[in-house]
Amino acid sequence: MDDVTVLVGGKAGDGINSAGTMVAQLLNHLGYSVYLNFDYPSLIRGGHNFTIIRGTAAPKSPGTCGEKADFLLALDQATVEQHNNRLKPDSVLLYTEGLVKANGQAVPVKEILTTEQAPAVMGNSAFIGGFARAAGIDWEIVDLVFRRHIPKGTDQNLRVARSAYDRIATVRPVPRGPNPPRPLLNGNEAVGLGLIRGGLDAYISYPMTPSSGLLHFLAGESERLGLTVVHPENEIAVILMALGFAAAKKRAAVGTSGGGFCLMTEGLSLAGMAELPVVTLMSQRTGPSTGLPTYTGQADLRFVIHAGQGEFPRLVVAPSDASEAIAWSSRALDLAWRCQVPAFILTDKTLSEGTYSIDLPDRDLPVPGGDGMEAVEGPYQRYADTPSGISPPAFAGTAGVIVKVNSYAHDEYGITTEDGEVTAAMTKKRLRKAETLKKNLESYPQVVVSGAPDAATAVLCWGSCGSVCTETGTRLGLRVVRPVVLEPFPKSLLEAALAGATRVIAVEENATAQLAGLAHENGIRVHDTVLRYDGRPFTPEDLALRLRGVI
Amino acid sequence: MTGRDLITPAQNTWCPGCGNFTIQHALKRVLAKREEDGKSLDNVVLVSGIGCHAKIADYLNINSFYSLHGRTIPVATGLKLANPDLTVICCCGDGDCYAEGLDHLIFAAKRNIDITVIVHDNRVYGLTTGQYTPTSPLGFKGRSTPLGTSESPLNPVELMLASGATFVARGYSKKMPQLEGLFQGAIRHRGFAFIDVLQICATFFPVADYYGERVYDLADHDPGDLSAAFWRAREWDYSGEGKIALGQFFLAERPTFDDRVVATPRTAAEREQAVRDILSGRT
Ligand SMILES: Cc1ncc(C[n+]2csc(CCOP(=O)(O)OP(=O)(O)O)c2C)c(N)n1
Ligand SMILES: [Mg+2]
Repeated sequence: MDDVTVLVGGKAGDGINSAGTMVAQLLNHLGYSVYLNFDYPSLIRGGHNFTIIRGTAAPKSPGTCGEKADFLLALDQATVEQHNNRLKPDSVLLYTEGLVKANGQAVPVKEILTTEQAPAVMGNSAFIGGFARAAGIDWEIVDLVFRRHIPKGTDQNLRVARSAYDRIATVRPVPRGPNPPRPLLNGNEAVGLGLIRGGLDAYISYPMTPSSGLLHFLAGESERLGLTVVHPENEIAVILMALGFAAAKKRAAVGTSGGGFCLMTEGLSLAGMAELPVVTLMSQRTGPSTGLPTYTGQADLRFVIHAGQGEFPRLVVAPSDASEAIAWSSRALDLAWRCQVPAFILTDKTLSEGTYSIDLPDRDLPVPGGDGMEAVEGPYQRYADTPSGISPPAFAGTAGVIVKVNSYAHDEYGITTEDGEVTAAMTKKRLRKAETLKKNLESYPQVVVSGAPDAATAVLCWGSCGSVCTETGTRLGLRVVRPVVLEPFPKSLLEAALAGATRVIAVEENATAQLAGLAHENGIRVHDTVLRYDGRPFTPEDLALRLRGVI
Repeated sequence: MTGRDLITPAQNTWCPGCGNFTIQHALKRVLAKREEDGKSLDNVVLVSGIGCHAKIADYLNINSFYSLHGRTIPVATGLKLANPDLTVICCCGDGDCYAEGLDHLIFAAKRNIDITVIVHDNRVYGLTTGQYTPTSPLGFKGRSTPLGTSESPLNPVELMLASGATFVARGYSKKMPQLEGLFQGAIRHRGFAFIDVLQICATFFPVADYYGERVYDLADHDPGDLSAAFWRAREWDYSGEGKIALGQFFLAERPTFDDRVVATPRTAAEREQAVRDILSGRT
């Protein structure tokens, strides 16, 4: 068995996500590449939560979970009832004795806690121990994972786990996998580390699922990272504060989801006009409006590409997994500053809150450009009209210069103008930066091809769907083509990646096939679509079934 | 940079008799004095909203950030947190700061961020040609309220006292020397400084006679006494009769947001190490 799936289910407040993380760490230390997806409703107590943890022997995180489970850990009755259909004939079911009725092995949680005189919160340790034994995982691995990841009350937790380990029978041994243990990181955290490596000075955000994890992570690590973290009164303040930071030469990023981003659009347009860099993590959830706060979607691609009044260049990148998110978040911050444009890291709940085995990518940023001040003669012009469109930057507080930043149409000095010629010339100047941005992007892998690269039928997808499409495409013999950069649209790279494909099928988690629409605008034909918009990510089974229907 | 001409060549388009001229002049004199005292203006940034008042960003030859309508304060907060050595001054309108961006004003006071907020309170939307604002008197007939407003004005001085501002003052565009003193005090103050400037709008709300009969200077008032400050603020409710106190209502020293929030930076090497430590903790 080189592909194992574990489902942990219980009530909200049962610590399902942390139990799932422990299972993920066990599989990690057993040599598997893991992905963990946490499914929870938008409430604090009660209601059913579950995490699915998948480990594979492949070198990369699977980034997607199947519909079947090899192990079902039921902390409540709803787990048994709702996930019964996930059980295969040889699946293993462990359940809380006395609380759940099911066919399987009972974990006597209450009894163990009483014997060990342990508090109720340690109940999940019994389950972890029980699972480890059922899966035949060596005790040394359990011991190591507890010592690394449960720093408080480690010994008592281990006694509780051991007690369950000794009572449960090994029924479904999971062999060791080939991989070394690696860091497990969710997509939001990956974005955070990427931004830090890109030189982030400040993170500003107003909580909104599924982006809040980044705010929590960076706030928690702010001291050791030397990062200023601010949670202001609303998203309007968020983006304008970030622009204030940029005007004082500090690299700021913001994070939100669709509704919060709606409030930021006027500030975004200001960033475009004032030529101030800012990076936005836009983590999509199911919309419109408040939608399904804790579920996924890819319905904001068009919104992010077109948001804000007027026309100005921007960068939009959509990584597919945590490792890619680290690399592209650094690049996005670097490019935003290099080209003085707003940049977006477009994720969704699947990526932002999904946990992945990661490999830390090399930091591949070019050396920072000189700030160009040497080149300036005469009085400083914040918006000097240059061939690249990029004006040598200076900032409030720079000695000897006066820097005038302006939201109105302005001349090269930054003084307001209503002159038609100046207005048109400055519009052209700003749009020229898109060309400079494209040049700066050339060294990066903007379009990724996977699956069966020479196949005549191609799947076109973006963002977190990359993982499930790659897996399914490989299985069905389909070419999988995925633009990571979505704006400026990598038209010629996409054409090259699709060369020879006679049939192109767009796979997206939205109802209107937004990437297919963009491709069409760029003269790339998409023949069919497979769309999902119920808030749940595609599974390999469901995608294979639906792709078979259209190929 | 020293000895600069403090006025840009940009053409001035304020109406004759506009109170903005006085505000600009007072601010210019404060800046000039700062230079005379040997302090560079390179560390001064003016943030303006959108409205007639905001044109001051084009006219004053200092660093400026001509922001959005209602959004001076968050930009100013970002600038100050990014570089605490900056002296950040906001020139806002009453529509700008009391309507569109009121949330930011209250939060800036609550945080005691070390910036200065000057509100050009002409009690009307000037640039959009004469609609009522949050400080227009009850019954104000503007272009959006031809029969007169049906809502009472808010009292920004009282609001700022209640929100935790540590420097609260009111000036009047026909009292230049006092205004200059208030601006200077506000800029020197460590913490959030707020000045509501009753500004004559010569075109849409020329109420110099009304003010002339009511204004008096806060001479015998203790600015350390918050209750007394509230009492003085409530003498006039921005609508009816009542005497209009000018000068400093309140002054206090409290820790600032910038002192509390700004992180100590780390070197790139320290950060890369921190990233690796975090990753090792996740393994
Ligand atoms: C988001 C937004 N809404 C509306 C406007 C239009 N607008 C420009 S100035 C202004 C009112 C200005 O009034 P005030 O802030 O009192 O400034 P004044 O002109 O009186 O100095 C309005 C509503 C705008 N620029 N932006
Ligand atoms: Mg006004």
